[in-house]
Order: sequence, then C-alpha cells, then structure tokens
Amino acid sequence: MKLLTLNFLTCARKACKTSAASFPLHPRDAELEQIEVDLNPLLIQNVLPRVEWDALKSLSSELGLPNLPDQCPDAAELTSDDEPSQTLKDLHTLLLETTIQSGKLVCGNCGHEYAIKEGIANFLLPSHLV
Amino acid sequence: MSRPEEILPPDLFYNDTEARKYTTSSRIQNIQASMTHRALSLLSLPAPSLILDIGCGSGLSGDILSSVSPADGGPHTWIGLDISASMLAQALDRDATIDGDLLLADMGQGVPFRAGSFDAAVSISAIQWLCQAETSDDVPQARLRCFFDGLYASLRRGGRAVCQFYPANDAQREMISAAAVRAGFGAGILEDDPGTKNAKLYLVLTVGGGDMEGSNGGNGDITGVVKGMEGVDVEDSRRKRERAVGGKRGRLAPERTKGSKAWIVRKKEQMERKGKVVKANSKYTGRKRKIAF
Repeated sequence: MKLLTLNFLTCARKACKTSAASFPLHPRDAELEQIEVDLNPLLIQNVLPRVEWDALKSLSSELGLPNLPDQCPDAAELTSDDEPSQTLKDLHTLLLETTIQSGKLVCGNCGHEYAIKEGIANFLLPSHLV
Repeated sequence: MSRPEEILPPDLFYNDTEARKYTTSSRIQNIQASMTHRALSLLSLPAPSLILDIGCGSGLSGDILSSVSPADGGPHTWIGLDISASMLAQALDRDATIDGDLLLADMGQGVPFRAGSFDAAVSISAIQWLCQAETSDDVPQARLRCFFDGLYASLRRGGRAVCQFYPANDAQREMISAAAVRAGFGAGILEDDPGTKNAKLYLVLTVGGGDMEGSNGGNGDITGVVKGMEGVDVEDSRRKRERAVGGKRGRLAPERTKGSKAWIVRKKEQMERKGKVVKANSKYTGRKRKIAF
C-alpha cells in the first residue's frame, strides 16, 4: 500500500462521509518497506495538485519519517532545466516507493480499524456498519 | 451452462482453485487484455494518470495499465478493488510484481476515496455482479446506486470511466445504465460486434467538467468520446425524442401516432427483439373497428 494511496483513502462507512475526520486514515503498528519503482515525472506532476499536503505531512510524522516542508512544492520546483529535480525524486520515493506492508488504518471519526496484510488493506464492512 | 453470478456470490465463486484457473488461462488473459486496451482507447488519457481498477481480480487489466508506453500517454499508476481475497492472493503470487495497490473491498458498499481522486476508472467484466441480491436485506438497485454515487464522487471533474460488463439480459443492462445516469454521469453504451456471440458491452461514463468541452469537439456530450473513432455508429435515442416533441404543430410520421397500425407493428417488433412472445402479424393487426356505441 503506497503512501500515495493513503493520501486518497477515506473511511468506507457512510456515517463517516460527512465528517472531516474520516480522512486521512491513521496508520497504527505499521511496517514499512521500500520498493523500487521507475521514476515517472509526468505522473507526479499530474497528481501533485490533488495531493492533500497537510494529510501527507501528518502521515509522514505518524510513520516516523523525516518531516516534510510546510508548503506543497509547486510545479516549477519539480523540474530544473527539463531534468527531474531532487524535490521530484524525493516525492517519488515518499509517495510511490514507501509502502506499508502490514498494520492497521484507523478512522479518526468512528475508530474503525482496517487491517493491512501483505500490503493489501481489508475494506470489507460487515453489513451492520455499511 | 449457467452464469458465474447465478451460482455463488463473487467472493465465494472465486476461491483459490477458480482464481488460479482464471488467472492462468491464456484465453482469459487474451480476452481481458483486448478489453482493457479497448477501454484505454475509450478513455484516451493524454498523460500518466491515477486510475481506479474496479474488480481488478488478479491484476490482469492492471498489468496492461502499468505497461502503457509513454508514447500512448502511459505508464499509469492504478489502485485496484476486488471482493475476492483469493483473486488478490493470485495477484501477489504471479511471477511479475504487481505495480498497483490492491484493496479488498466490496464495490456495492461504495468507493472509499475522497472526492476528485482519480483521473479515470476502468472495470473489466465486474459490474454485472452487482445485479445479484446476495442476502435478503440487500437490493441490487441500492448497491448499484451506492457504487455509481461513490464512483462519481471519486473521479475528478472531466474524468471518465469505462466499464466492460456482461449483462445477463436487457433488464440488467437497463438497471445498470439507469443507476449510472441517476448518479449524475453522462452515460453511453458501446457495443463491439453487436448481435454476435462475442458481443462486448462497454459502459462509457463521463463526469461533467471542463475537459469534455475542450478535448472532444466542444459539445461536452457523451458522443464526443467516440468522435473520430472509426467503425463506430452512433444511435442517439435522445435526438429521436426531440423530433417527436417538435412535431406537435406539424404532422407526425405514422409510426409516431400512438395507436396507429404502423405504431402497433413497430411496438411488436420491439417486443420481439427484446425476446418477448409476440403473436404473428396478420390482416387483423390494428384493424379499424366500427365503434357501435
């Protein structure tokens, strides 16, 4: 489960749809793993405006990763002379190469815990919780 | 041979054995690959995008998404949803490492992502499973609605979704399209090889937004998706309705006046096409009767 996905995942329960606390989900007992992914600068440029930077900062600190700058880098910082900049490479490592292999994701609103096993999160809800 | 969805719910039907059979069958792999390519051509994504793969299974379609060449706007990053743990386990077991993130989830319970997350969504051979009512407190229409509402929200404005599906009959096809339209999508159905045994149906959905106006001939209409594609005939049932309304002042064609013989014959043909039992036409069909009283 890449950190990029965690920046988009919310709690699946309908009751949590209206609450702001249902995003982002908070990782608990997370085991991280670095995987190698080919650098895709166009994808990062495409997705970066949609990334919730504050959520990413809080996720990064909850996982014990180095602190992120306060402001989201804007498009100009991603290329220097048509070459991918260090900022872009760092974003790539953080968003696409850092993965959670096991642990739990907890909703800030209802407290429901979604388990992650082998990198796959279980979002099946029993019918009384839907 | 009955359809898979009539036998068991998807998470039970796709157990370990079935999941392995499905994934290792070269026939299935080829069909899924060609359908994914068709879906990609309908999406016409200009740049590497974040795609949601609904009913990703063992990642057969995901592999295609990850290997789109840069010349065609790829490679894409995808997040897949599937209800069967065995299929997802197959995805992890396969030789090639899976590039997309996998989620064990039921699409009928919604799409658990924040608004405007994805550039596009694909679904290959999955959404017909929503038409089955698995439990007694469960209505297919509610699940379809829940799914399409969630999908609509999770796509960014101007985004598109293409869902290849296998409806068991016209009723299911209508149920699915109606739920999509009610969720707010611009919707159209593309039928490849119509009338043959291998007919494939693609539900093409657009989310309103600036993109439709700009990239496809400026009219923001769903038919803009297939503009410029060769070999595609457009049947637009909306335009026919407009003409009938305009005919209030002028004369309507005989086929349009309700109750006329031509109208009756047309309706009988329609019902026959749908598969209903229809009596043969004869000289008595729509005969003018002398009203005695």
